[in-house]
Amino acid sequence: MIGPGTGMLGEDGIHIDMNHLKSGEVNLGTSIMAINFKDGVILGADSRTTTGAYIANRVTDKLTQVHDTIWCCRSGSAADTQAVADIVQYHLGMYGIMNNEPPTTQTAAALFQELCYDNKDQLSAGIIIAGYDKRNGGQVYSIPLGGSLHKGPYAIAGSGSTYIYGFCDAHWKEGMTEEEGVQFVKDALREAIKWDGSSGGVIRLVVLTAQGAQRHLYLPDQDYRGPGYK
Amino acid sequence: MTSIGTGYDLSNSVFSPDGRNFQVEYAVKAVENGGTSIGIRTKHGVVLACEKIISSKLLKPGANLRISTVDRHAGVVTSGLLPDGRHLISRARDEASSWRQTYKGPIPVHALASRMGGYVQAYTLYSSVRPFGVTAILGGWDSEAELGVDGQVGFGPSVGAGGKLEDEVVKRGGPGLYMIEPSGLYWGYYGAATGKGRQAAKAELEKLDLASPTCSLSLKDAVMEAARIIYVAHEDSKDKEFELEMTWISTLDGPTKGQHQQVPQELLEEAEKAAKKSLEGDDDEEEEEEEGDAMQE
Amino acid sequence: MNHYPQAWGRPRDDVYGPYDNSYFQASAPQTHTQSPAVTGTSVLGVKFKDGVVIAADNLASYGSLARFTDVKRLRTFPPNTVIGFGGDVSDMQYLDRLLQSLDIRENYLSSYGHVLNAKNLHTYLSKVLYKRRSDFNPLWNMLLVAGLDDDDKPFLASADLLGTTFSSPTLATGFGAHLAQPLLRKLMPHDEDSVKDVTKEMAVEAIKACMKVLFYRDARSLDKYSIAVVTKDGVELKEDQKLEDQSWAFADQIRGYGTQVN
Repeated sequence: MIGPGTGMLGEDGIHIDMNHLKSGEVNLGTSIMAINFKDGVILGADSRTTTGAYIANRVTDKLTQVHDTIWCCRSGSAADTQAVADIVQYHLGMYGIMNNEPPTTQTAAALFQELCYDNKDQLSAGIIIAGYDKRNGGQVYSIPLGGSLHKGPYAIAGSGSTYIYGFCDAHWKEGMTEEEGVQFVKDALREAIKWDGSSGGVIRLVVLTAQGAQRHLYLPDQDYRGPGYK
Repeated sequence: MTSIGTGYDLSNSVFSPDGRNFQVEYAVKAVENGGTSIGIRTKHGVVLACEKIISSKLLKPGANLRISTVDRHAGVVTSGLLPDGRHLISRARDEASSWRQTYKGPIPVHALASRMGGYVQAYTLYSSVRPFGVTAILGGWDSEAELGVDGQVGFGPSVGAGGKLEDEVVKRGGPGLYMIEPSGLYWGYYGAATGKGRQAAKAELEKLDLASPTCSLSLKDAVMEAARIIYVAHEDSKDKEFELEMTWISTLDGPTKGQHQQVPQELLEEAEKAAKKSLEGDDDEEEEEEEGDAMQE
Repeated sequence: MNHYPQAWGRPRDDVYGPYDNSYFQASAPQTHTQSPAVTGTSVLGVKFKDGVVIAADNLASYGSLARFTDVKRLRTFPPNTVIGFGGDVSDMQYLDRLLQSLDIRENYLSSYGHVLNAKNLHTYLSKVLYKRRSDFNPLWNMLLVAGLDDDDKPFLASADLLGTTFSSPTLATGFGAHLAQPLLRKLMPHDEDSVKDVTKEMAVEAIKACMKVLFYRDARSLDKYSIAVVTKDGVELKEDQKLEDQSWAFADQIRGYGTQVN
């Protein structure tokens, strides 16, 4: 069935604008970030998914695991980023099996970058990759729209990130403790959620260290104080 | 040792009743007649050397290199049928380059060895092909530095990555030396030798005690030893002239900065001179020792 | 419903007119990037008697957002070529990897060192760029290649996303082509014949002065930049330079926009 606005009645019959059908696409108008800290990396994200102004999912999980201690934050089209993350997850799984050693964060970043660059015409995906391994420690990579690859001390992305460039630059410290790191990410995302209509809901964090991956959850109705560790 | 194949040696895809693939065994024979190649692995890097038999006086000295660069950090030398070696090296280069295209970084040496082994093994399975008449020695260096992704821009935090473990247990690059045989079999080695003079070369390599964690051989020592071993291995085919060719790969802070390169001309000449001298000395010693040490072969 | 399954679920012809199938194409024509995303701005280059000086700032913009401030847009190619990239950063990274694979391939053939000079690389890159624009899939870059030619003379040339090339004793891409190029040309009153009279110090000073003008007037620029001096002896690359001796204090004298005095 074709809904209103997608078809047009002309003299010569019905015209359907195929591209227009895509406008119903689910978008991760988003606030995501990842940082390096003393013992590894922390990833963070809001939980809002929108189709236009409608919130399609208010408890989305935008933090996606692609290997044991390599995760990513997804922004842009939900369908695109899920497809890309699934492909990378498959490749990293194969890599681990074929080479008898886990892939590094660099490997994951390279795979994401290749997919985003080669298919830049088709994709709308802004991805942050963060991972930890014993040899290289924590690493944060950012792949913005065109498919370029940037390594950084921390990375922010998504529509909400534009509101927190100043906050992050002013409050960023190198070599934070886990507690400080969690606070930094949480505070930054609170600002992003506050000012960006396309971001909202709960704050999800993942802390990646030599101890593995640990999830945190912070709820708006508890002033983002808890329940904390989960 | 070779028994006659009695019809089971005509095709690759046919086993003999006692479970042998004669075509592969004949390929090994081709290797055993080739010039000697060796590889030495030390903590500080890898040295590859080969005995290049001069088949004609008209060949230009120093040209027609036998040890090939496969990627910046890896090299391969082969013994046996040279064109087969060339083809295998070409394949190794393709593997290294396709790895780079996928993973945006250098191929780990063990992964390259595995891919070369897999390729060679495939040529033992089909009746339409013959196995490779070469044994290849692969030497390389996995970077101990924190590797970026090829083409990336930007750095991490200036204080360095968080939570990096500095323990010895965590593998942080290092030397790699592998030998790939015509069957597709490959092992990692501390010292590897193949070709005509392999027995003598192996005996010499064993004396270096390369496997010992306390082995104090420096990379330059390894170059000197490699030259000497090639000269020792050549003793049995003294009638033929040969040229010594050597390459090396060092640590990042060593002379080649983790890259596979020709051993510089001066060092090569120095090593060659020392090798010749030690052989002259050896002759005297052996004559003296021979009486008391009759058990040695 | 009628007897033609092809027509089921489609608007009725008698009401809406016959269905025009040409509007329903299962496979759309392949389209390609027609605009860059993360971009770098100007690159400047000047020849001098022993080589070339080249510079670019460390900014990658995302629209008007100063997205990344640590992007090294000067890429070296051994032994002594530097390529400065303007335009799309992802395409710069692609070209950087392409050049790396070229370098590895060159070293298969000769174990005795590098053979490709700046002139060779410029020819190669311009052909890559032209091929891609002919495929309607351009690499969105404008670049300067600095180094030496076959006779070890200073070499400086540009190539753009169309494969167009230029060579001149001074060159600048992007905003620099408007703002810096006229200033740089003052160094070369007799064009190519002036190169022999220009010292390294003169060239570096001229470049630094232009980087400053660009920082003043290019809204997509940064006061952190990279500069490289290429000579026969190799590349001297500094990647974390800060603009010095800026002039802002005169703002104190400015009152209103015409007649105001206080």
